[in-house]
Parts: sequence; structure tokens; C-alpha cells
Amino acid sequence: MATIKFSDVSRVFKRDGKDFLILDNINLTVQDKEFVVIVGPSGCGKTTCMRMAAGLEFPSTGSVKVNDVLVSGPGPDRAVVFQQFALFPWKTVYDNIDFGLRGQGIAKEERESQIAHYIALMNLKGYESAYPHQLSGGMQQRVAIARAYALNPQVLLMDEPFGALDAQTRVVMQEELVKVARKNPRTVLFITHAVEEAVYLADRVVVMTSRPGKIKEILDVKSVREAEKWDQHSKIEDVMDQESFVHLRTHIWKSLREEHAGSDH
Amino acid sequence: MKKELNPQHFWSLTITGTVGFFAFWYLARGLQFAPPQFLPMPHEVLFKLFELMDKPFAGATLPEHMVASLKRFGMGFGLAALVGVPLGLSMGWFRLLDDVITPIFDSVRFIAPVAWVPFAALWFGTGIGGPTLIIFAGAFPPCLINAYRGARNVEVRFLEAASMLGVGSFKTITEVLFPAAVPSIIAGLRIGAGLGWLSLVGAELIVASSGMGNLILRAQSALATDTVMVGMIAIGAIGVVIDILIRRLEKILLRHRNA
Repeated sequence: MATIKFSDVSRVFKRDGKDFLILDNINLTVQDKEFVVIVGPSGCGKTTCMRMAAGLEFPSTGSVKVNDVLVSGPGPDRAVVFQQFALFPWKTVYDNIDFGLRGQGIAKEERESQIAHYIALMNLKGYESAYPHQLSGGMQQRVAIARAYALNPQVLLMDEPFGALDAQTRVVMQEELVKVARKNPRTVLFITHAVEEAVYLADRVVVMTSRPGKIKEILDVKSVREAEKWDQHSKIEDVMDQESFVHLRTHIWKSLREEHAGSDH
Repeated sequence: MKKELNPQHFWSLTITGTVGFFAFWYLARGLQFAPPQFLPMPHEVLFKLFELMDKPFAGATLPEHMVASLKRFGMGFGLAALVGVPLGLSMGWFRLLDDVITPIFDSVRFIAPVAWVPFAALWFGTGIGGPTLIIFAGAFPPCLINAYRGARNVEVRFLEAASMLGVGSFKTITEVLFPAAVPSIIAGLRIGAGLGWLSLVGAELIVASSGMGNLILRAQSALATDTVMVGMIAIGAIGVVIDILIRRLEKILLRHRNA
């Protein structure tokens, strides 16, 4: 069981002596093995939500709990996939994945088989001894995802992991992530500003308002996906052609557009 | 902004400069800038250099003096790097250590290495211990400061990644801070090696009974100015070689990085 629970979370930034409210009274529970995607206009504080679950930032008021335990700092039970990959340039693909495992007292053979499993799963076979700069952006992010999964975390936190990738690579990565996520269901909190990505990946989509970020609405995608059998299509474009998909996408688009119209910039 | 010269241009200018320098040197003799025995000519220095390769002066040949100096340098500089780099990195990671050490360090580091000569001689003698301390005093501060700065300037995302992976302090220092700080550390080693080598010659002028500094001192009292000049050139040449070797080390350490 792994849940993430935001209770009455607000976050204030100080700048030039003034307080800026960036997150306003967030209440959200990500259920065990649920894939929740937060979408919102830029600057709405969605990344801050993820960083608070990771223990890299803390709420000004309210609490963030993972498995009913107050988050007090980062740890391998909550693996993060960063937008800018954050792979160690001086470590090989294998060593990047192994780095987090070595500290956990797992026997070498077990680590090896675990790493081999995720390397195969993320289509990285043959690149074990390559350095990150020798890989394309998409492959680097695959390493980062393999690194996160290999920790065998209770919770996966992804901060616009495909934001830095080109459109084609992005689509491939989305398809692969869906395959991996359905095969190894985990509690996932995924941040993005791409609406289609959100609908394609999520069990539930959380739409946020512009700053100060509040939860505007929460959409249940999973029930639609299961009712409409999206998963029988292996290609993302086939899923995106479904009327039910288009309907959800358009709904979220409109919702977000209202936020843009409502903000000053 | 400096303009890039084409290689041909570069070499012709280099040769002009070198020829001009030697012409000026010979001209100084012709103009009787100093009595001849006070200003040896380039060819005399060159002959002396060859002579000193196997003929002892002040109890040792030139290579033996060099080895004596390099041994002391290696000890002092090696110690400075082995203590300074890990300590600097640790200070960059542990706030407490930073707060304890920095005030003391900042007040001690402005003491010129040569000022340590009296105590170095008293505590460690004039053989290898005393000069080692003086070289250490010269090389240690840049080694420490640059490692510290390198550690403090590590990109936050690497530290966040390490903490999210559950990596402890020791591994974060050795496997994140250290590799990330390599360019800064190498810069510190180069400055440290330079200062250490300079301090060494100063130290040997005062205390040692062998080595390049001692060679120069003994040659001066014997009015062997050509030998003095040989000593100076050898010191300069070794300094350049040390610097090149450290830059090589940087290339090796950074061979897997993107430029």
C-alpha cells in the first residue's frame, strides 16, 4: 500500500520581502497503484506539489503524507524522474542505475539481475557502459526512468519527464511508459502541461488553476479507458482517435484555456 | 578580443620573440650592462648545463639536485592534495565543518610559506621534513579552497538526485561532489603546485643542504653565475613540466565528459 495525501497544503514564496501564494489549499489523495497526472498552466505550482511529495520542498501550511507518514526529506521510497534527467555525467548507464541500489544492502547478483531487467524493459540493452552524453535525450530519460523503477519505490514522482524531448521521441516514450506502468503498477504522481499526455497516461487527471494554484477539477479517466477499451490499441494515435479520448481532451483544453483568459499574462 | 593567429603566423612571431630575446641578452654583454662574470651568456649557460649533468656541484650533479627537490616537492604537494582536497570537499558538504575550519584557515593562509621556515626547521629539521612543511604551507590553501568551491558549486539537480536515490554523505562526497568538482580541483592543484614549487626553492635557499635552491645559493657564494642561471632555468622548466602533467591528469579524469 502506498498513498500520497495532500491535506490543506498551501505554499508561500517570499520575494523582495513580499509573500506570494503559489499553492492554495490543495487536498488530494493519490491511491495505491494509481497514476495521477496534474496538468496546469505554467507557474501554477504543479511542480511544487511533486517536489513536496519528494521531500525536496515543504508546505507552508498543511501536510503531505506518504503512507500516512509526514514527508520530511527525500528518499528512495519516492523515486523522482526529473525534467532535466539529472543523470550523473561521470557514471555509465549501468552505474547511474546501480548508484541508488548499492546503498540499500542488496546483494550484487540481485542488483545485477534487477538492473538487467529494467535495462531490457526500457530498451537500453547494449548501452550499459555508455555515458549519458553519448545518448540522445530520449535515451537519457529512459535511463532516468529505469533508475527510478529499479529502486523499486513505493511511489514514483515524475516532473514533466518528457518536456525536454522532441515530439516523436515523446510519443514513443509515452507508449513505453504506459506499457511499463500497466505491467508494474505503482503509485505515480506525474506532472505535465501537455493535455493529451495527461489523458493518455492517467487514471485520474487533476486540473489546476493559474497562480495561486488550486485544484479546479479532477477527472476520472480510468473508468472511461476501461469502458472504451483504449488498451486494446497499442499505438497512441489510435487511442487519441477515440471519441471518448477527444471528448476528455477537449474538456481539459477548455478548462485550461479559461485559466489563461483569466490570468493577466 | 584576441584574434586567432594562423599557425604559420604564430610560429614566425614565436621565433622573432625568441631570437630577439637572445639578441638582447648578447647585446647586454656588448653594452657592458654588468661585468662579464656577473652576466653569463646563453652559450656559456648551455655548456654549464651539459657539464653539470654528470659533474657534481655542491656535492651532487644537476639531476641529483633535481631529484632532491622533486622528492621534497612530491611529499609536500602530495600531502597538501591528499589532505586539502578531501577536507575542502567535506567542508562543502558538512556545514559544521565549514564553520569550524574556515575562520582558522582564513587567518592562517595569508602567512607566506617562507615565514614558516624557522618553525619548519625547528620542528622537522632541514632534511626532508622542514621543506615539506613549507611546500605544504604553499600548496595546501589553493587545494582546499578550490575543492571547497567546486563542492559548493555542484548543480543542485545532482544533489537532489543523490538524495532521492538515498545516497549517504560519504558516497555523495566521493561519487558526486568529487567528480563534479574535478575542473575546480585541478585548477586548485595547478595553483597549489605552482605556489608549492616556488616555496620550495625559497625554503631550500634557507635551510636545505641539497636541491635546486641550495644549488643556486652555493653557486652564488662561489660567484658561479652560469651555474646560478642553470639552476634558474631548471627550476622554471620543472615548473612547466609539473603544470603540463597536472593538465594531463585533468584530461584523463574528464575523458568521459562532454566538453
